[in-house]
Amino acid sequence: MAIKAMKAGEVAKKVINKDDLFIVDVRNNDAYDDWKIEGENITSINRPYFDLLDGVEDLVKELPENKEVLVVCAKEGSSQFVAEELSEATGRDFYYLEGGMKTWSEHLEPVKLGDLEGGGSVYQFVRLGKGCLSYMIVSGDEGAMVDPLRLTDQYEAFAEKLGVKVLHMFDTHLHADHISGGRRLAEKTGGTYYLPPKDAEEVTFNFEPLEDGKEITFGPDKVKVKAVYTPGHTIGSTSLVVNDTYLFTGDILFLDSIGRPDLAGLAEDWVGDLRESLYVRYKKMNQDLLVLPAHFGKLKELDEQGRVEARLEDLYEENEGLQVEDDNEFRKMVTENLPPQPNSYKEIRQTNMGKVTPDSEEETEMEIGPNRCAVS
Amino acid sequence: MESTKVLDAKGLACPMPVVKVKKEMDQLQSGDILEVLATDKGAKSDIPAWAKSSGNELIKEDQEDNVLKFWIKKA
Repeated sequence: MAIKAMKAGEVAKKVINKDDLFIVDVRNNDAYDDWKIEGENITSINRPYFDLLDGVEDLVKELPENKEVLVVCAKEGSSQFVAEELSEATGRDFYYLEGGMKTWSEHLEPVKLGDLEGGGSVYQFVRLGKGCLSYMIVSGDEGAMVDPLRLTDQYEAFAEKLGVKVLHMFDTHLHADHISGGRRLAEKTGGTYYLPPKDAEEVTFNFEPLEDGKEITFGPDKVKVKAVYTPGHTIGSTSLVVNDTYLFTGDILFLDSIGRPDLAGLAEDWVGDLRESLYVRYKKMNQDLLVLPAHFGKLKELDEQGRVEARLEDLYEENEGLQVEDDNEFRKMVTENLPPQPNSYKEIRQTNMGKVTPDSEEETEMEIGPNRCAVS
Repeated sequence: MESTKVLDAKGLACPMPVVKVKKEMDQLQSGDILEVLATDKGAKSDIPAWAKSSGNELIKEDQEDNVLKFWIKKA
């Protein structure tokens, strides 16, 4: 009998492969209700560690005997404590989540989307704990990033493995749900940070404006990135078309939902922009484009390999946010009964503008919790 | 605020602050007040949650610089 560490990456693979796992989450009820590890074949129960100080006998009765049991807490300490108690009480092995929910929240699972015609490849980084999607486009030994997160060491390690230097960082908009890694990566690699100028009126640093129609060709495979202005989630929101194959939609269009216009405080003003982007601009594009959003909302959006992508034409048939004929109905849908705003979204925006510089512990704290960039 | 006893849990990481609080509370009499000092951020939500779950009363909380302070009255 012993306790064993399970890494966030191992949990991510279980989620993607739909493996069985039984989780005992020992955080307090509020934390658990706000946000937890989910998966098709993951069962979880919430038993705060401080209710287990007198013994774990009652908990043991609730555990399956023939399944792996993972104990989860915020950072790690309490899950080790409970896993030890369980192991002592039963004589069986128990796992604890290494680094706790903090590490789970920050883990990026890289998956390859495909190769580009004419050379180059696209990788998607799935942040299962928060629903963020970011991307690396590879052209020979040169790379570009789309909507990179602050977790830059994970991209750097991946780039190094591929022998790639990332020199072009694109943010589709000024993010409100997570802290961008675009500027940091550009500073580290000596690359360029592109940001839509209409979202950047208050930023305190230099950047390259990502304007409508701008084309950037990079690397030995001459991969072409084209900017298309598609406002609505923010006033600057800009989509990227890569080699006329992939469409990076940022937070405008998701697989199962559409963007919300209220995170910069101007929902009513931007409803018309959002409608125009979704119902006119995307409609005019090549309908075979593969849509790559900056978030997923539900695990069912992941395919069997963990990828989140869909043909634009299919989304026009299946995505409820694209089926609304009536302008007023659309306005209601994107301005009323919205989910709560993401945690600390105002502070996150300030950070992404360079106005405040939190330390890494504060950054982690700001991003804890679920993502809420979609209207549903 | 008058406290019967002060527990210094500064520098201790989760779950130790709550473990120590529970041990101390077990020694106290009904109506006694334990003052707790902690620096682990998890304590901010976990000590009140523990107090509620264990039926004790959190009568005050405060923060000075990075030190979290709690006053818990034994039921």
